[in-house]
Amino acid sequence: MVDTADYVGGNPAWCPGCGNFGILAAIKKALVALEIEPYRVLMVSGIGQAGKLPHYTKGNVLNVLHGRTLPAATGAKIANPELVVIAIGGDGDGYAEGGNHFINAARRNHDITYLVHNNQVYGLTKGQASPTSDPGFVTKTTPHGADIPINPIALAIAAGATFVSRGFAGDIDHLSQLIMRGIQHRGFALIDVLQPCVSFNHKNTHAWYRERVYKLEENGYEPSDKIVAFEKAQEWGDKIPIGVIYKEERATYEERLSTLKRGPLVWRKLDPLQAEKLLVEFL
Amino acid sequence: MVGGEAGQGVQSVGFILAKAFARGGYHVFADQDYESRIRGGHNFFRVRVSDSEVGTISEKLDILLALNRETIELHQGELVRGGVAVFDGDKINDIRSDSTFFSVSLGRLAEQEAGTGLMANTVALGVALGLVHYDLATLTEVLREHFGIGQTGEANVKAAAKGYEYAVNNFKGKLKQTLSPLSDKKRMLINGNDAIALGAVAAGCTFMAAYPMTPVTSIMEYLASKSDELGLVAVQAEDEISAVNMIIGAAFTGARAMTATSGGGFCLMVEALGLAGITETPILVVLGQRPGPAIGLPTRTEQGDLLFAIRASHGEFPRAVLAPATIEDAFWLTVKAFNLAEKYQLPVILLTDQHLASSYSTIDKFDLSRVIIDRGLLLTKEELTAQSEYKRHKITPSGISPRALPLEGKALVVTDADEHDEEGHLIEDADIRTRMMLKRLRKLDGLRHEIQHPRIYGSQKAEALLIGWGSTYGALKEAVDILQGHGLDVGLLHLNELWPFPAGAVTDALRGVRKSFVVENNATGQLAHLIRSQTGRKVTGNILKFDGRPFTPARIANELRKEVS
Repeated sequence: MVDTADYVGGNPAWCPGCGNFGILAAIKKALVALEIEPYRVLMVSGIGQAGKLPHYTKGNVLNVLHGRTLPAATGAKIANPELVVIAIGGDGDGYAEGGNHFINAARRNHDITYLVHNNQVYGLTKGQASPTSDPGFVTKTTPHGADIPINPIALAIAAGATFVSRGFAGDIDHLSQLIMRGIQHRGFALIDVLQPCVSFNHKNTHAWYRERVYKLEENGYEPSDKIVAFEKAQEWGDKIPIGVIYKEERATYEERLSTLKRGPLVWRKLDPLQAEKLLVEFL
Repeated sequence: MVGGEAGQGVQSVGFILAKAFARGGYHVFADQDYESRIRGGHNFFRVRVSDSEVGTISEKLDILLALNRETIELHQGELVRGGVAVFDGDKINDIRSDSTFFSVSLGRLAEQEAGTGLMANTVALGVALGLVHYDLATLTEVLREHFGIGQTGEANVKAAAKGYEYAVNNFKGKLKQTLSPLSDKKRMLINGNDAIALGAVAAGCTFMAAYPMTPVTSIMEYLASKSDELGLVAVQAEDEISAVNMIIGAAFTGARAMTATSGGGFCLMVEALGLAGITETPILVVLGQRPGPAIGLPTRTEQGDLLFAIRASHGEFPRAVLAPATIEDAFWLTVKAFNLAEKYQLPVILLTDQHLASSYSTIDKFDLSRVIIDRGLLLTKEELTAQSEYKRHKITPSGISPRALPLEGKALVVTDADEHDEEGHLIEDADIRTRMMLKRLRKLDGLRHEIQHPRIYGSQKAEALLIGWGSTYGALKEAVDILQGHGLDVGLLHLNELWPFPAGAVTDALRGVRKSFVVENNATGQLAHLIRSQTGRKVTGNILKFDGRPFTPARIANELRKEVS
């Protein structure tokens, strides 16, 4: 029996009221509900306030460089697919610094869950624009206003992700459901989480999001059609959909590696003599 | 030498030639010189054959197989007295046949025998072996292995036989030297990249991620081709940053993991080297050097990244840098690199170059019973169960913290790119930071003792000491022989394990030596800088070459003679 107490970690160094608290609560709730014990989980996180999350709960933790969350997470998953791998980063980590990794990890369809704490601003460096900042968002580094934002949902669908969703940090129950579905999904599961930043984003606030978000599940939305999903991905402004926007079944990267059918790489017996038959080929 | 345009089959002819002699019990050394293009240009493949061990190429040619005109123009000056050049007189009609230049209708004979002029290269191969009266059956055997026993294989066999017969009938006795198979002793014919790939397999590497880059691409290609058979995974990553971070992820979970790249890709990996350093994750990075900066000369050789490899990444953390001296060394140092990486939980860089990567040599089959796999302090399930708590970065006298793998037991393995406490949680505390830095750097004390003494060849306390590192060993060794033949008192100090720097051994070797010269394929004498900084000793001079081509023994000998005269 897995209990919430199993997932109690260190004291968060986040600002009071930060959207990250909701995401942390939702992750714990999802893992408890799925009865996954902490030792089976590997959380790989990047740099930014989101990257600190694994320290505030329990599990195996590999915190890595800014933007490199997905390469490290996918390397770990291939080496030991028995681990439940959850990659965690912010919008700067995933969509700016790690953009190339994002589209390629999606394309390869690694069986991992990727949570992007998307607060549309850079928090740790104190308030610069992010790739998802709203157009015209004025900051110290963008005095003339930010450019048009990346659309992570549309990008993920285009790149071949097999589970593309959006959650809201202010709705823990809904978000934890999404995280559960993401973990259960075979393949690359993106959960882009709208996360209010109480210190540096005074536009996209808790109230701002709350007025706009609506749940796709309650509207009879079917996430199986790619074209419809692309259309849904364009919806932003007065109404912002949350829930699973696109989902398909496709063999994962790890499933396609016949080598892994023999079990995780990490438990292989290392035997120098296996090179013997190769040496003979060079004679 | 066989030379021609890219696409004319220079590489396959060269390789088969080398293989045919290797199969006959000869020692062979072969190198490749190619341009960064898929068709056209000028490429060549040099094969040196000897009845005793050879570790380098020679500047002089006995036989030049010219598949195009440019090959003759560029290389006729390299022929020894009595050497011969073979060319296709139907295509190159302004060179007259004489006692040096032998015209053979390579294309026409190929057309007649094999039905395609494309096999002119194979006809040339036959001519070369006919000139030295080598055993045709050996060549036939090698051709069938290379091209398969089907139609292509047989067409090549016919084409080669035609060339052989033509040479025997028309050029009998023209070349003084003849070669017949020596023995049926079989040696491997492998290049530096092959040796590294085989070393990785022997060492139990199960995960590789890389982005293709000359000169090391064939390491990944080889491992990928064997992945199903061996049960390993080779991932072609989207870039080098991804590749190195993938192997860090894989190594963290417990796989022996490696990547391979060249200078440009290594530049992209540099930040992650520090990640492996602070998270104490064992990884192997093969850095096959080529001339820089930036794209430089992409298909050629240089030793310009020595100081970069030793210093790459911000911050201070321990690492090992090994630079194979020979192709055989490349195998054994790969095994050692994996052991050091796991034993000391740090990144290891295997520093090779294009010359070593793509040169072939005959080597006795590696004795795998000598391969030792040392995974260091790796906790077993029982040990983990017996512990009440697990601290991934436990502070110990040796600096090495016992390593647990996720899912081995129920211990939680935690590490962070930020400075962290013993458990692996990020901290900003000044005292813990200091203790963690010291802990990591303490690993160097043990690591230092793992570094082998440099090789010494020739006279011990010589009048003049040549000092080199990495792939120049073969050329340097032969240069010493040449110079000693001229009555000079010369010795060689050669380093293949460069970091932690064997300062004591180098200081000892330099003691009592009157003159010392570093010989390096770079423009600034990086080893000389290193010796100065690590031993306080200054070498007398630098013999440098940075035109993208490897040293030859004669070149080194000439330069040294100039220096000492």
